[in-house]
Amino acid sequence: MIFDPTIVTEHLGDIGSGFLVTLGTWSSGVVLGMALGMLIAVAQVFGNSLVRAPLRVFIELIRSTPFLVQLFLIYYGGPSFGLSLDPVPAGILGLGVYGSVYFAEIFRSGFDSVARGQLEAADCLGITRLQCIWRIQVPQMLVIILPALVNMITVLCKETAVLSIITIPELTMVLTGIGSETFAFVETLLMLCIGYLILVELCSRLGMLLETRVGRFMNRQAR
Amino acid sequence: MNSFLIPGGGASAEPRKQASEQQGDSMKTSATAPGEQPTILSLSKVGKSFGQLRVLKGIDLEVRRSEVVCLIGPSGSGKSTLLRSMAFLEEYDEGQIHIEGKLLGWQETDKGRKRAPQSQINQVRRNVGMVFQQFNLWPHMTALGNVCEALRQVRKLSADEARKRGMAMLDKVGLAHKADNYPAQLSGGQQQRVAIARALAMEPHIMLFDEPTSALDPELVGEVLQVMKTLAKEGMTMVVVTHEMGFAAQVADSVIFLDQGEVVTRGTPRDIFHNATQPRLQQFLQNYLDRNAFWQDGGK
Repeated sequence: MIFDPTIVTEHLGDIGSGFLVTLGTWSSGVVLGMALGMLIAVAQVFGNSLVRAPLRVFIELIRSTPFLVQLFLIYYGGPSFGLSLDPVPAGILGLGVYGSVYFAEIFRSGFDSVARGQLEAADCLGITRLQCIWRIQVPQMLVIILPALVNMITVLCKETAVLSIITIPELTMVLTGIGSETFAFVETLLMLCIGYLILVELCSRLGMLLETRVGRFMNRQAR
Repeated sequence: MNSFLIPGGGASAEPRKQASEQQGDSMKTSATAPGEQPTILSLSKVGKSFGQLRVLKGIDLEVRRSEVVCLIGPSGSGKSTLLRSMAFLEEYDEGQIHIEGKLLGWQETDKGRKRAPQSQINQVRRNVGMVFQQFNLWPHMTALGNVCEALRQVRKLSADEARKRGMAMLDKVGLAHKADNYPAQLSGGQQQRVAIARALAMEPHIMLFDEPTSALDPELVGEVLQVMKTLAKEGMTMVVVTHEMGFAAQVADSVIFLDQGEVVTRGTPRDIFHNATQPRLQQFLQNYLDRNAFWQDGGK
């Protein structure tokens, strides 16, 4: 097997822009997914059964269908519902919706992990529910759910490869394109792997850094 | 006549037994008769069921300002549920609870009553402080952070003002030097004292204690009781669910014995511990006496 580095160096510009598109759609999808997921989780934890039941159906629906099919539904099926989106917004929306239900489940388990008594204490002092979520539950649950959160974020990173199907010029589309033009499949696919590896590695490093940062109060023991 | 007062005041973790007994006695004789003080908390026919089980069966109760009321009774008697109802942590489903004249938790409407909006509930119990068996401190905040949180979020004090009042409260419970420690770095007794400071910071008119020493190692009970005694002496109105009969005997103005969701009897500590006539109360106290009477049998 001969690795021809010129394939990579000749297309460095394209690869770089593909990398940026991947980074952009990924991070936008993560932000959207986490925001939606938090809303779903809060509605599930604090809402009544009228709110919870349809959310449960939505979660099951998204969890039990492939991301690719959901993406097609948004991009190709969207116009029939009056939702005509360009590829990139459609892709971000797809990623966000897909991720939101998993994030919601993670957040929900996080809310459950904070002892009820702490909320009763807050309640008695007149602290509102919203203040309680933001000041007492979220900071504590972050410590517990951070590993699961980072895990889901890295899954979404790799799911961005699917966006190539709806013609978003991200890393996978660019590099497989170069591969079929030049027949240098090994070089391009290897580069593709390295590209995702860098992104995922950066993400988990950041996660570990955060873990030690937010978990400091847990590590201090009685003297 | 049976005397059920546990020998030596009963509080084995109380080092200054004699001193506090004297204080306790003098307090009771010198304090204004509770009858002259206005009623601050009143319960009428309060009932509560968990499914089929009726845990509170029409409780009537009045607490006057500066009164210290201890609720005693066997486990499952409903005393914790009763106390938690007074802060609307349990939705009592019969009767009324009034705090300083205002109905707690419910709104009367044409079609019966419905739960009051949260803001209204908070308004009514604004002057109620609650201390829990499990402390319920927020572990991600320092001791001072715990005390200041509600001052900042609810009373909207500036950071400086909240800090000042927070430190004063920690000082009051003897923990100013632990202000920057997290709950995990404090002993159980210290955590409970921080929890008391947290409730006191809101300047409550009445303090509710739900078995405040039950989760503590025996040698840490005394420091928490000491803080509570100081509060009582300062005239704080207190309702205390407790298994510390010594504390009840020394500090309470009145002791209420609950069993199976009913007030069996209410009286002064002397009535309850010395002149118990109710069979159920006698049985309950006899159990305590038997359990704690190891020093009596020593000579036999």
